[in-house]
Amino acid sequence: MTLIKEQDFGTPAQAGPATVEVEVDGLPVTVPEGTSVMRAAAMSGIDIPKLCATDSLEAFGSCRLCLVEIDGRRGTPASCTTPCSPGMKVKTQTPKLEKLRQGVMELYISDHPLDCLTCSANGDCELQDMSGAVGLRQVRYGYEGENHLDEPTDSSNPYFDFDASKCISCSRCVRACGEVQGTFALTIEGRGFESKVAAGLGESFMDSECVSCGACVQACPTATLQEKSVVQLGMPSRSVITTCAYCGVGCSFKAELRGDELVRMVPYKDGGANEGHSCVKGRFAFGYASHPDRQMNPMIREKITDEWQEVDWETAIGYAATRLKAIQAEHGVGSIGGITSSRCTNEEVYVVQKMVRAAFGNNNVDTCARVCHSPTGYGLKQTFGESAGTQDFRSVAKSDVIVVIGANPTDGHPVFASRMKRRLREGAKLIVIDPRRIDLVRSPHIEAQYHLQLAPGTNVAVVNAMAHVVVTEGLVDRSFVDDRCEEFDEWAEFIARPENSPEALEIISGIPAEDLRGAARLYAEAGNGAIYYGLGVTEHSQGSTMVMGMANLAMATGNIGREGVGVNPLRGQNNVQGSCDMGSFPHELPGYRHVSDDAVRNVFEKLWERELLSEPGLRIPNMFDAAVDGTFRALYVQGEDIAQSDPNTNHVHAALNALDLCIVQDLFLNETAKFAHVFFPGTSFLEKDGTFTNAERRINRVRPVMAPKTGKHEHEIVSDLAEAMGYPMRYNHPSEIMDEIATLTPTFAGVSFDRLDKLGSIQWPCNESAPEGTPTMHVDEFTRGKGKFVQTAYVPTAERSTRKYPLILTTGRILSQYNVGAQTRRTGNVAWHPEDILEIHPHDAEVRGIGSGDLVGMASRVGTTTLHAVLSDRMPVGVVYTTFHHPVTGANVVTTDNSDWATNCPEYKVTAVQVELRNPVPAQSAEAQQEIPVGLGAHRD
Amino acid sequence: MSHAPQAKMANEIAVQFRHRPPGEAAQTIASHIQRFWAPRMVQQLIGHADNRDAELDPLIVEAVKLLR
Repeated sequence: MTLIKEQDFGTPAQAGPATVEVEVDGLPVTVPEGTSVMRAAAMSGIDIPKLCATDSLEAFGSCRLCLVEIDGRRGTPASCTTPCSPGMKVKTQTPKLEKLRQGVMELYISDHPLDCLTCSANGDCELQDMSGAVGLRQVRYGYEGENHLDEPTDSSNPYFDFDASKCISCSRCVRACGEVQGTFALTIEGRGFESKVAAGLGESFMDSECVSCGACVQACPTATLQEKSVVQLGMPSRSVITTCAYCGVGCSFKAELRGDELVRMVPYKDGGANEGHSCVKGRFAFGYASHPDRQMNPMIREKITDEWQEVDWETAIGYAATRLKAIQAEHGVGSIGGITSSRCTNEEVYVVQKMVRAAFGNNNVDTCARVCHSPTGYGLKQTFGESAGTQDFRSVAKSDVIVVIGANPTDGHPVFASRMKRRLREGAKLIVIDPRRIDLVRSPHIEAQYHLQLAPGTNVAVVNAMAHVVVTEGLVDRSFVDDRCEEFDEWAEFIARPENSPEALEIISGIPAEDLRGAARLYAEAGNGAIYYGLGVTEHSQGSTMVMGMANLAMATGNIGREGVGVNPLRGQNNVQGSCDMGSFPHELPGYRHVSDDAVRNVFEKLWERELLSEPGLRIPNMFDAAVDGTFRALYVQGEDIAQSDPNTNHVHAALNALDLCIVQDLFLNETAKFAHVFFPGTSFLEKDGTFTNAERRINRVRPVMAPKTGKHEHEIVSDLAEAMGYPMRYNHPSEIMDEIATLTPTFAGVSFDRLDKLGSIQWPCNESAPEGTPTMHVDEFTRGKGKFVQTAYVPTAERSTRKYPLILTTGRILSQYNVGAQTRRTGNVAWHPEDILEIHPHDAEVRGIGSGDLVGMASRVGTTTLHAVLSDRMPVGVVYTTFHHPVTGANVVTTDNSDWATNCPEYKVTAVQVELRNPVPAQSAEAQQEIPVGLGAHRD
Repeated sequence: MSHAPQAKMANEIAVQFRHRPPGEAAQTIASHIQRFWAPRMVQQLIGHADNRDAELDPLIVEAVKLLR
């Protein structure tokens, strides 16, 4: 495959049914109303020279290169800013235009280094291309005049350079930062000849508010903003379209290579999830795939105190199978189990659950989604009938009111956050429900109408109070409810009770009743009201209740079943949706069908040629409990670091220590591998061949950029292990696994690698009635028929703050890091977040004598950890916050094993703690008492 | 409350259904446990009820009767 360069139409596409017919250089072309002349020309195959225009940005009209002549009009208007009008006849090439364009180019080139042959952008420079396109043959002004050739290069960012000497001040980077990313970190400083691109207030890129999303680098037409990897390795020569392996947005990228070496990841314009945008992780943080810490060979050891012994694949797999069979012989079929990974492909996950059910002979399979979004699966299944979000990401562009609950999209799902911010800048209203003042509450050109800063653990009280307002103030969409839902009257009677009123719940949630009423009215009367939520909803003892509470609210207001509305989980990892779809839960076969359903089970039994158990197996926390009590003896773990990511680390370690056999399949010898007896080296996303399914149910292809560095695909490891256990499970290619999934799973019936290649991506359900997938769900009826209202009584968490543990700890993530940090800690992203820090309110810090940067001890009822503190009023008094990206701090040492009542999803978000100074100093300096901004750019000297 | 994991989990489920009529609540709880718990866990819960070695919410005591 050669280097893929998407066509640049110059200005954005216009939507709408009305069309306009124009003629460009004699060629007729019909375009949507509002389309620019530049785009119309491009659509008819005519590229008008341009420099400041690109189709990801609104027309700017500054470079004066795209001038055209239009019959009946005076002058030479810029084609980028001139909309087509009916019957318009445009000429793009005339002697007059040629002369004008050459004159413009002469001015540009007279102040540009003529180092094309040694320039890193040679072959990928629009200035170079345009010089050729306009036929530039001379520069009459010479090169000796005043110029910018001595401007310095800013190399402060770990991933790209800013070489100001090559800047043509086209403003594409500035506009990309604003329009595409929504950060507005860049500006054009000065006027006239002094105009120059500046980050922040004349700071370096690294010190500015730049979030390193790469949009400016992508937009730059010259080598001014250039990836360091291109400078070092040279221009790539071929592309492979694949999918990012970080968060649940699932961005499509062009992996651009030079030979077999990956040079850069460039966001793919035709990617359904990201449409050409990216974040610092997906765009730049891929270096972990070739990090020297990666383990490339299988290893075994008798005891976890022994040294690892590298062996060949056959030996490792045989060793694992022999021990697994011996354990089952001694302790029973149910004494072993496995965990699938949301970082692996659908195909890799599917074969693991198949191995557990068919080769192990039990249903002891679970997935890391247990600890993040299992309440989503439960709650949306109960109410809507399908364990998935209702919308595609594009839907947010039609929302009038956006409710963000327990999510921090600018850090956790940054590319979707950019879509959301764009809509908010267009005028949509915003309600944020979060104990922490996340960036979205107030950021450039955005301010939430309501920030309901609730007390941790009171989500259900708040959503009930909102529903109470809807029901008691006559804001119910009766037509929708009557036509589409059931059990409304019982629910309405429950929710209208005085104990669910904002006034009654104010003392619990901390939300002033009037604010809550205002927010509820705003959402209910929105037109299109959309709910987006994250782990701040699910990781609670009432996580499932809250998901159902949000579903109730959406149904009561008729905000389901069309664009712009819905209930939408923002999934944490790249394939959380997919790993759940693939039957990773112990009670469900692929497609969320219960193991007790005889008809469904029989279909699987027939194809798999094994009798399957009809009763649920153990969930991850149940496996830990059973390991401690001695009835669960062996665990296979695919791509998850349970020793770091799961709550109550001491309990997890005790469980892992109790196992007779632990098999870890991962890129790195992670914390869990310390308890392992067998290590199978896994493959990075650059080596995988399969599919990921993102938070909008979009199935994207993951195409191999290189062969497995370990010599074996992960699905082959699993098949080999199953075969060694006595169950043949052979696939010649991962496409055969997807074909089997499609055969067995009605929602995937129309999915295959061939169709994915043809359509680009597919949002399930994809079957005969939806052959190209389903962007919006529950349009005419809910998957379960009628939407079901469920009574959601608020029940306080069992976790309590006391005099001994007076603060509440809540956890989250930061933009530059990802999950337990196994990947991002092995990239340049550590420049932004070298350690987990504790955010503490200045008042809570002051009474403890704590200043910013101080080392503090944090203790809960189950454990203690030590980390540095940062004073921040993002948190309310009494609440502290940290991340869990670094094993050194091990935030989960202190989190408890309280969990969601329905799914056992851990309650990471509410832990009673005490914080105390560990390195007392005689007197805090004024500097130490200052609040420090928290975010991607913070915490560096 | 007991430290027995199954008893703790069951009691946490019971709390969620206290606002429902007891008979209906016990039925719902039993159905939930049957649908989502491994049989060995159900048996351990029944064992706790039989041996009275863990404190069980009255709704769980009723639900256990339905699980037998």
